[in-house]
Amino acid sequence: MKIKLKIWRQESAEAKGGFVSYDLEGVSKEMSFLEMLDYLNSTLIEGDEEPVAFEHDCREGICGCCSLFINGRPHGPAGETTTCELRMTQFEDGSEIVIEPWRSRVFPVIRDLIVDRSAFDKILQAGGFISANTGAAPEANSIPIAKHKADEAFDAAICVGCGACVASCPNGSAMLFVAAKVSQLALLPQGRAEAKKRVRKMVAKMDELGFGACGNIGACEAECPKGIKISHIARLNREFLRASI
Amino acid sequence: MSTFLGASVGRKLVVGISGLFLVLFLVVHLVVNLTLLAGPETYNTVAHWMGTNPAVLGMRPVLVLGLLLHIAVSMYLSVSNLRARPRRYLKVDPAGGSTWASRNMFILGVCIILFLALHLSSFSIRMTFGSVDMVEISGVLMKDAYALVTTRFSLWWYVSLYSVAMVLLGLHLAHGVQSSLQTIGLNDHRWRERWASLGLAYAVVVAVGFAILPIYFFVQAQMS
Ligand code: SF4
Ligand code: FES
Repeated sequence: MKIKLKIWRQESAEAKGGFVSYDLEGVSKEMSFLEMLDYLNSTLIEGDEEPVAFEHDCREGICGCCSLFINGRPHGPAGETTTCELRMTQFEDGSEIVIEPWRSRVFPVIRDLIVDRSAFDKILQAGGFISANTGAAPEANSIPIAKHKADEAFDAAICVGCGACVASCPNGSAMLFVAAKVSQLALLPQGRAEAKKRVRKMVAKMDELGFGACGNIGACEAECPKGIKISHIARLNREFLRASI
Repeated sequence: MSTFLGASVGRKLVVGISGLFLVLFLVVHLVVNLTLLAGPETYNTVAHWMGTNPAVLGMRPVLVLGLLLHIAVSMYLSVSNLRARPRRYLKVDPAGGSTWASRNMFILGVCIILFLALHLSSFSIRMTFGSVDMVEISGVLMKDAYALVTTRFSLWWYVSLYSVAMVLLGLHLAHGVQSSLQTIGLNDHRWRERWASLGLAYAVVVAVGFAILPIYFFVQAQMS
């Protein structure tokens, strides 16, 4: 099939950047979205043009690298899908596809479609861990955990840190990400010991970096490729309130 | 405390709690308004009681403080939110999940403030500080609040503005109630839908309940 691409091109962090259109023929429905971009890049390289820079790694939905804003939605139109899992079957022959980088003050564009998401790492470093002595792993069954708690913690833990929540939020808030990380640890006994300190530090870091405040709009939840629910944000709010009084 | 108010989550809590306080206030306000339907004597007596009872008068500064906090903190947050996304997308498709009201709480809030200014200047401020005709009911001389309200409600432009404002207020509440409950942490996957339905039902009752009165008195004034 034949598609029309409109892609954000930006040479460097300092460059101004703008949209460039490409007509791409010979795309097959079987291609994944990233394979289509690989194919575009091969044609660009053949024509002695700079290939489009985009981030990708695992290509199986677990690393969270592939952060593209496709036709007005992070990770494209499929829902609960990362960009790398997106197939060209989602698009009609002859359709136009607009591809933009995440837009957030805290995620500056480095080049073309790649943004710097190291702000997420900084939030994790502020408190998204448990302090434990290294050494032999403790016996797994020595701390009993209720099944529903374990399941809920796991639902939060599957966040891949892609940043689609920030990208989709009209306020540029990182609350879904932070809430997933806070929840995952707050729900488990191992995480309780540092729960109060953790939530305060992670929220403070999130604010300091310049993310917006949550308006409970719910766009993040609708666009999260891992289906993280905003009920985790309510848990973060509870944890924060508990830590403050 | 400084870390509490210094954090976005703490500020959101202030907006949520003050919002829920205003939600309760609106219920009281609506109940008082509905006594208009019981006629001048009842309404004037209620208005007189509200204007003289020390407990009710004591709540006034609390109400003003709640309202100012709600406005100031949410304005502050809205401005910092704009800074967090300096560059817009070329194409945005808000596919499901988010409602129009939730994305436009700031604009809705500003419209409500504008209406509030008009509303306060035509009723509350005149009742408290202005000169209003007096009536005597069961031997007590009191301000004729009923006449003040019904005269206003016979003006087509006021009734239209009032009705539009109530639709906007309804939209603000439809998101605001559930959002506040989420902000204070009272939410999980089971309560989500229930709060959303409750918030919507509340918003409809409040908006329709308030709007019905000016429309009723306007129609009545036209017929007499
Ligand atoms: S919460 Fe969802 S959208 Fe946000 S970073 Fe995690 S996986 Fe991505
Ligand atoms: S490339 Fe790893 S999640 Fe898409």
